[in-house]
Amino acid sequence: MDWQTLATQLFGADHGITREGDFLHGEVTFDGAPLSVIGTTAHAAIGVQLALQQARAVLDLMAHHPGRPLLLLIDTQGQQLRRRDELLGINRAMAHLGQCLDLARRRGHRVLGLVYDQALSGGFITSGLIADACDALPEAEIRVMRLPAMARVTKLPESLLAELSESNPVFAPGVRNYVAMGGVRQLWQGDLAQALRNALATAPTDDRRAAEGAARGGRRLAASVTRLVLDAA
Amino acid sequence: MISFAECSARERLALLLDEGSFHEWLPPSRKLTSPHLAALGVPSAFDDGVAIGRATLAGSPVFVAAQEGQFMGGGVGEVHGAKLVGLLQRALRDRPTAVLLLAESGGVRLHEANAGLIAVSEVMRALLDVRAAGIPVIVLIGGTGGCFGGMGIVARCADHVVMSDIGRLAMSGPEVIEASHGVEEFDSRDRALVWRTTGGKHRWLTGDCDALVEDDVAAFRAAAIAALQASHPVTLALLEAEHARLTARLAFTGAEAVELWAAIGVPDAARVPDLDVAAVTALGVH
Repeated sequence: MDWQTLATQLFGADHGITREGDFLHGEVTFDGAPLSVIGTTAHAAIGVQLALQQARAVLDLMAHHPGRPLLLLIDTQGQQLRRRDELLGINRAMAHLGQCLDLARRRGHRVLGLVYDQALSGGFITSGLIADACDALPEAEIRVMRLPAMARVTKLPESLLAELSESNPVFAPGVRNYVAMGGVRQLWQGDLAQALRNALATAPTDDRRAAEGAARGGRRLAASVTRLVLDAA
Repeated sequence: MISFAECSARERLALLLDEGSFHEWLPPSRKLTSPHLAALGVPSAFDDGVAIGRATLAGSPVFVAAQEGQFMGGGVGEVHGAKLVGLLQRALRDRPTAVLLLAESGGVRLHEANAGLIAVSEVMRALLDVRAAGIPVIVLIGGTGGCFGGMGIVARCADHVVMSDIGRLAMSGPEVIEASHGVEEFDSRDRALVWRTTGGKHRWLTGDCDALVEDDVAAFRAAAIAALQASHPVTLALLEAEHARLTARLAFTGAEAVELWAAIGVPDAARVPDLDVAAVTALGVH
């Protein structure tokens, strides 16, 4: 879904969210209470600069509006694949963004992710996947890497990978697979404002993804192996 | 001198920790393998590529994990990731002096991509829980495979990072960047270029690692002992300082390491690739 359409459905035509390049930010009123929004659009590639722009907004939120909830609007093609970004320490910039969001959670901000278009790997780990909870629209797309690049790295034939991506939830792209594995908590259906209201009210503060993945049958081992380590003699 | 890079994960643990002190949890005899690799017809390993357990280091109780770069490039799959999460959660419960992570990983194991991606994020959250509790997490990077992808992010979430000069720390591997933007963008076969851009010397000069050591297990051991009290809980002030440091980097518009080093004030920057570890360490962090 286009971010403008989404913002209008959630917050009305005067939503107040603005776009600077691929960066979205704004302070909206939802159910009479202030809510901060940051995000990206146009399948943004997250480089050092865009990671820092988002981190700045999270730092300002913590400094100026303690406790105010934060909604992350996610549409990314993943990390920017450039030598300059690697030279400048893109992994450190992304870790910084992730730590800003993590600290906001610890200081009592509810941090909610929403994949409204697409999410890939590095751009997702330090946004929705570090939030209190990450939800998605049903038409959203989540994946780790495109198949040709994956075939190159795994040295498996692309035809086999294409076949697997139809059938294997651990491997196949698709938002429903992420729900089954607990990585995405739920899909927003119907009235989006009501879905946001519900999502904010029910976001957990602890990490339940492994347990949910086991309960939903999409990721059967993560929770039990973690338990085995805790109990090992 | 024993090369850290040439050791297996278990050899590193045996030599780095106090002699005979490593007690492994879920050892290979438990035969805990990845069902997803079996489904692909790809060979699996009885530890899913990571050894975890408790030990002592200079007499202090520590929890440790060592990724085996020779198995699936150290890639994080569902079981591999859950072992790391379990170790970190156990550290939160049992409160060792520190947690050591001997990282050698290409990041998410693509053969079980979705489960691996979620697993890496669970590792990241569990690590930040341990760090917030005041238990230092120390990451050691010196394998030939480097520390990439999601594990490159995880490493920078830790309290303290130790690298050797042949260690590499980054996000996307040069092959992936070359495949995406061409050999002019990043020539993955140019080893000198790869190490200038992502290697231990560069990460030391820019402060992306906290200690630079020789490719020697004893040097890694000494650096880990020195970091046993290196707890730095994340605070707003610490993140503001980090933000200022990273923002200042954007003033550099190039993509070549020697030019960056010169720009940040490293004397005789062009000589850096030829200097030994002691000489680079003496240049300090810029």
